[in-house]
Amino acid sequence: MTWKKLLIPLASVPVILLLAYGFRTDPKAIPSPLVQKLAPDFRLQAFDGGEVSLADLKGKPLVLNFWASWCYPACYEEAPLLEATWKRYKDQGLMMVGVDIQDKEANAREFLQRFGFTFPNAPDPGSKVSIDYGVYGVPETYFIDRQGRIAYKHVGALTPALMEAQVQSLLKGT
Amino acid sequence: MISTLGHFVLFLALGMSLYAAGAAVYGARAGREDWLASSRNAILVNLCLVTLAMFLLEYALITSDFSIRYVANTSTRGSLTRYKIAGLWGSLEGSILLWAWLQSLFSALVVARYSDRHQAVMPYVQAVLQGICAFFLLVMTFAANPFAPSFPVPPDGRGLNPLLEVTDMLVHPLLLYLGYVGLSVPFAFAMAALITGRLSEEWVKNTRRWTIVAWLFLTGGIFYGGWWSYRTLGWGGYWAWDPVENASFMPWLTATAFIHSVMIQERKRMLKVWNLVLITLTFSLVIFGTFLTRSGILGSVHAFAEGPVGMVFLGFLALVLLFSLGLIAYRADRLKGHGELDSVVSRESAFLLNNVVLIGICFTVFLGTIFPLLTEAIRGTKISVGMPYFNRVSVPLGMALLLLMGIGPLIAWGRASLNNLRRNFLKPMVAAAAGAALLWVLGVRQAEALLAFFCCFFVIGTIALEFWTSTRTRAAATGEGFLQAFAALLLRTRRRYGGLIVHLGVVIAIIGIAVSSIYKVEHEVTLKPKERMEIGPYTVQFNDLQAGERPTHILVWANLTVLKGNTTLTELHPGQRFYPNQQSPFATVDARYHWSEDLYAILSTFERDGSSATIKVMINPMMAWIWIGGGVILLGVLVAVLPERRLAMLTVRAKTQPA
Repeated sequence: MTWKKLLIPLASVPVILLLAYGFRTDPKAIPSPLVQKLAPDFRLQAFDGGEVSLADLKGKPLVLNFWASWCYPACYEEAPLLEATWKRYKDQGLMMVGVDIQDKEANAREFLQRFGFTFPNAPDPGSKVSIDYGVYGVPETYFIDRQGRIAYKHVGALTPALMEAQVQSLLKGT
Repeated sequence: MISTLGHFVLFLALGMSLYAAGAAVYGARAGREDWLASSRNAILVNLCLVTLAMFLLEYALITSDFSIRYVANTSTRGSLTRYKIAGLWGSLEGSILLWAWLQSLFSALVVARYSDRHQAVMPYVQAVLQGICAFFLLVMTFAANPFAPSFPVPPDGRGLNPLLEVTDMLVHPLLLYLGYVGLSVPFAFAMAALITGRLSEEWVKNTRRWTIVAWLFLTGGIFYGGWWSYRTLGWGGYWAWDPVENASFMPWLTATAFIHSVMIQERKRMLKVWNLVLITLTFSLVIFGTFLTRSGILGSVHAFAEGPVGMVFLGFLALVLLFSLGLIAYRADRLKGHGELDSVVSRESAFLLNNVVLIGICFTVFLGTIFPLLTEAIRGTKISVGMPYFNRVSVPLGMALLLLMGIGPLIAWGRASLNNLRRNFLKPMVAAAAGAALLWVLGVRQAEALLAFFCCFFVIGTIALEFWTSTRTRAAATGEGFLQAFAALLLRTRRRYGGLIVHLGVVIAIIGIAVSSIYKVEHEVTLKPKERMEIGPYTVQFNDLQAGERPTHILVWANLTVLKGNTTLTELHPGQRFYPNQQSPFATVDARYHWSEDLYAILSTFERDGSSATIKVMINPMMAWIWIGGGVILLGVLVAVLPERRLAMLTVRAKTQPA
């Protein structure tokens, strides 16, 4: 086989390389316009009967997580991490709130019980809060700093490394 | 239980596939018939195993066994059984299982059909087909296991995307998969021809029917997809040049080119390399399409969940391209064509031009599809390529294709005489010009529309003329009645006339596409109860809003009365469906479908107290003709491929029945 003929199969190489490059990009990574803006206020009735609102949490860094019991497997994967992070950092002033969207109450309560969530969780009647935050799917997590600005938004299940880095940077901020 | 068993069965099937491929190659090399027989048996066992795996997953789906991760992801307890069944192809892992099953089934069919023929190439055909099958099994056993267990077991599943919970979902993906998998058969024969060096026209003849049937399924899948989109998605369109739509369109284009260019090879022994390249491209584009859908590298409405499978598919695509193009390069010296073009004015050159145009369209679609990736790689900016690009480049090329569709089948082989041209094309040309002039008088002024209609009339004219003169000649020669002569003609030269009927179907569909896109009327207004709107000749009255609970969702709908003049034409009930586990509502379209025009209604928004509703109404003229064209294409393909005896029986029965 001569070199010239080798060009026939080699012609396909650039296309394959370009497609391989595609793995390094994320077509869904459209930056949220809310990042670095003030987080929209909310006031919700929690599952345990109490009330949670952004206004009451002012001055504290907040991890705001949107989840649902039907969101399998992503929400199930990150749930233990949420509870562990909460237990570890609540004494350092971190706040955490879970918002359950578009769910059946019985299933949601079962979810809470299964993972033993001890931070406040609330349903979102009419999806009002999720719409305010531009939630695209579940899970989504918003990291809100002491000034009430959205510092970071994560789509999909959280990883321990990412959680650690974001929480540390929230706690460091003044 | 099912989880372990299913995964185990997949492993066995993978082993069987690899063995079947290996035994076939070894048997052929060593001349051992016993190994070849063993390979054939292994293919049958493989089919049984994959079938078993599929039934296991279906059982888990139907019984809502959420301990299987895949089931939790694709169905909910409330789903209707038929949608639980459709869950098999509702998401990544299951769709690969379905694919593997079809691949295994087609391998077995090929083996059953050719067990006593084509001895020299069959082992390699088996090896290629089982190699492809093994790839899909490999994906499932190592990267995307459909039987992966879920832990913890969720109380209820996520369910299919509500857009997929429509009856069409049971048909559209199946048709596409049948088309994709069917195209692997001519590819396997082409590879076997290259490997064995039996490079005559044999492989082309052997696979003609397979290719056409696969093409029919692909065509059917594309048409059905458009139809589904039109009646379900609620934006009034049927084709959006979405990456995944393009992914099904590109292999269709190259397969269409292939079907035409093999005719030249059969007749003139030309274009040998070209045909091999075309079928390689076609199969590679099929794999490219599955890669696009499953890798998540491009944003698309069709995208499955992302995962490591993207890389695996890309690796396979690279393997297919390098292997098959490498084989072509290796055999290049022996692939010199025999004939040369005698004249530019000939059927050969018309077919060649048709190939050039089809590949041109395919290339522009390909470029548009991967362009966002290209710009991000080179300039780091995110862009999206939309309808305007695709329409602008494909409309003129499509028109060139239309003209060639009229010319190709009738122009003489070799060198067309002036007489041949005059006899076949003068009358259709004059008729088409007259038709276009008539439209101009009737008020059609857009140059593009007039040109499109001219081309369509021209093609219809050539087809009609061909049928008319041939039938008349036969009737005169045999003394048969006109209808009888027509039927006999269809039967005698089924391939040719079947093909012409397919062309007719394409033209009908194009007329539908052209008219419905140029003369679409759209109107959106907010109405209070009992208020009316006017659109075209219709009056639409909004009566009231209603809501009701359905098994999986809450439906809100508007009651509309459509009047034409003072007579009530129909009631329409467009609505919105609210699913507990979806962010935004889904539209329920309602329309009055009619052969002349569709009246299409969408409920855009509404006040919760029922005090008003925003309703979008469209008139889509001649939309039905797109689907009718699809039906005519189906008819034409059936005429072209149905076995001789079957058709003869049909006509005998028709004749013996008293009129």
